Amino acid sequence: MTTLKEWILTTDHKRVGILYLIGSFAGFALAGIAALLIRLQQYDPGMDIITGNAYNNVLYFHGAAMILVFLIPGLTGFFGNYFLPIMIGARDVAFPRLNAFSVWLFYGGIVVALVSMALPDAPDVLWTGYPPYSITTASNTAFYVFTVHLIGFSSIVGSINLIVTVICMRAPNIGWNQLNMLVWTLLGSLTINLIFIPVLGAAVTMLVLDKYAGTNFFNVAAGGDVLLYQNLFWFYSHPAVYVIFLPAMGILYEVVAAMGKNRIFNYKAAVYFGIVGVGVMSGDVWVHHLYTSGIPDWIRVIMMVTTLLISVPVGVMVISLWGTLYKASITFNVAMYYAIACLFLVLIGGLTGIPLAMVSMTLHLAKTSYVHAHFHFVMALFATFSMFSGVYFWFPKMSGRMADTVVAYLGFWVSSIGVNLTFWPLFVIGVEGMPRRYWDYSQFPDWFAGYHHIATAGAFLTALGMALTLGNLAYCTFWGKKSVANPWGSKSLEWTHTPNPPGPGNFVDDPKVAPGWTPYEYVR
Amino acid sequence: MTRKRELPWMPVLGGIAALATPALALASGGVGGAAKVPDPAGDWTHLFHEVVTDITVIGVVFGLAAIYMIWRYRAKSPDDVGHGPTLTTVQSVALALVPALLFMADDFLLAAKGWVLYNTQRTVPADALEVKVSASQFYWEFDYGNGIVTSNEMKVPVGRPVVLRLSATDVIHSFFIPAMRIKEDAVPGRKTYLWFVAREPGTIIATCAEYCGVGHPQMPANIEAIPADRFDAWIKSGGKQASAPDAAPQG
Repeated sequence: MTTLKEWILTTDHKRVGILYLIGSFAGFALAGIAALLIRLQQYDPGMDIITGNAYNNVLYFHGAAMILVFLIPGLTGFFGNYFLPIMIGARDVAFPRLNAFSVWLFYGGIVVALVSMALPDAPDVLWTGYPPYSITTASNTAFYVFTVHLIGFSSIVGSINLIVTVICMRAPNIGWNQLNMLVWTLLGSLTINLIFIPVLGAAVTMLVLDKYAGTNFFNVAAGGDVLLYQNLFWFYSHPAVYVIFLPAMGILYEVVAAMGKNRIFNYKAAVYFGIVGVGVMSGDVWVHHLYTSGIPDWIRVIMMVTTLLISVPVGVMVISLWGTLYKASITFNVAMYYAIACLFLVLIGGLTGIPLAMVSMTLHLAKTSYVHAHFHFVMALFATFSMFSGVYFWFPKMSGRMADTVVAYLGFWVSSIGVNLTFWPLFVIGVEGMPRRYWDYSQFPDWFAGYHHIATAGAFLTALGMALTLGNLAYCTFWGKKSVANPWGSKSLEWTHTPNPPGPGNFVDDPKVAPGWTPYEYVR
Repeated sequence: MTRKRELPWMPVLGGIAALATPALALASGGVGGAAKVPDPAGDWTHLFHEVVTDITVIGVVFGLAAIYMIWRYRAKSPDDVGHGPTLTTVQSVALALVPALLFMADDFLLAAKGWVLYNTQRTVPADALEVKVSASQFYWEFDYGNGIVTSNEMKVPVGRPVVLRLSATDVIHSFFIPAMRIKEDAVPGRKTYLWFVAREPGTIIATCAEYCGVGHPQMPANIEAIPADRFDAWIKSGGKQASAPDAAPQG
């Protein structure tokens, strides 16, 4: 058995990956409890569960933790670290000690986030942190900034590590057109991280300088400009959604291909048109977050066109995923159930974004529950269910045990029903004007409350489903039924060439694949 | 800091559209006379229904395709493998380009329709009533000029466009009128605007839509739409003449 010291000092990419997984899911659980508090408060207008400043603190924590602790580190840090090196036939990442450094930066960010909630004057600036409020507020904006610094730095360092690993450490005969889709989508995600996180770092640093060091970046009275922050923030934060979307798709490609025993449909189009297209275009759409901000009209129109057009590379990726089902030979496991759910979640989430791309629509829909429901469908539901699909799919690989129990299926169904109950009602009241970030909505018609009732019930049902799922995963980690070597019959390198779990160095002998090998060689 | 004058694209293009519309209406034999006041709120609802139909069709097509394939391509036996096609280069390119062009066509169609509505939303009609709105933590102030200033409530004439010139004294707020399908942020250091027209008498709720601190959900404003003659009388009295009870809230 390993010791705690071995885990703390580890430089093994698989252990680093597990550390990311633990931190990520701990964030998920805490941010989930925050969500339940929010939904309780919104059950009826005028509830007194958690109001005013306390509500705003909880709302801040929910958003920041879900995005910065759960989704991004979970997808890039856990899935990236654990599987990317093995899939390319490498024994570890390019810089193992830098890898350890990146996960401890991540934990440092978690600690700062938690400490910031425990001390008086917890941040109430929401995860977006707009000035002037984030500067004039008495709360500890600096804690928000330092959380972003630590986790952002962790991401930058981790991205460099994994990108260099793919470029320099592929096993012989594993060329660019033979990479797993998970590897390609991670590459896209990590490249976006590398390019755009520094801009977020600059934006939040300017906040803390304005608040504490007397600078005037956003101080209108001294010649500063408030919109500068929004532009810098969203210049990063929009690409950040593709940092999440791409690996979530990558996981689905792997699960669908393996469970369908099929090659990826139109692999090159998915990679070079889809992933590269999304990556390139991710940086030219951010103003759709500023449609009502007072930014000049002509800029809004240009970015309406670019935002609508990003549906094109996304559409190509979606078609490749659908096409991988075509003439497949599908068997089902818990991972495949989650993947199938994701097919519908990505449709709902993606398509409800189309009205939001249109300026004229968004002049009404901005800052309402419609937006909130849209991004929860893509991020909270699609990306989260994809992560569960991946965790279940690779569970036997990581633990040598099976997690596909009755409880697993039950957790899936309860969560699936719960998340739909939670978010569909929010589309409806959003169109009728229910704003975001409200702890009381008494000024609105009485019938809004009925929809909030359903959403709150859905949230608690989801919590039950998540409890069942996480409980099942924790139990099976130690006491699950032992698994065979390759229970799904996957042709991917992590399944065909390593034991469950892989040992230090992953491969017994240096992996050799035949020329023309791909991870999807189900038919020769 | 002085702001550079920027080319007024939207008003120019909107002006061309505004000139074209009555011209077309006359040419098509419509009723002559004064141009009608645009109805951006009604146009919004109409276009939203079109967009929702569009995305629902796409969603249903893809959803049904997924359901069909999952059922149709279930494994026949445990050793069965998939037989997905290997594509030639031509097929690969075609199967990427054709969907891409279809998506692009839909995108441009939506962009064009959205652009027409956006023009309407951003082009203030010529005879609009001007009201300056100042947003603060946690209340709104409405300045009609002539010394008439109200707080958290405003009166507007039915049937006449009203343009709100927005600014903020402390942090960013956003003036949101759900029934009018419109909002725009009130930003310190900037002058922004929105316009709307109340078509019937009644009370319309406006609310703050940009997080501004602890009182963010507690700064609604009531917009009371009253007949034009009573509104004129109210203005003439310096905002002091009380108005008779109005119709039920428009919500």
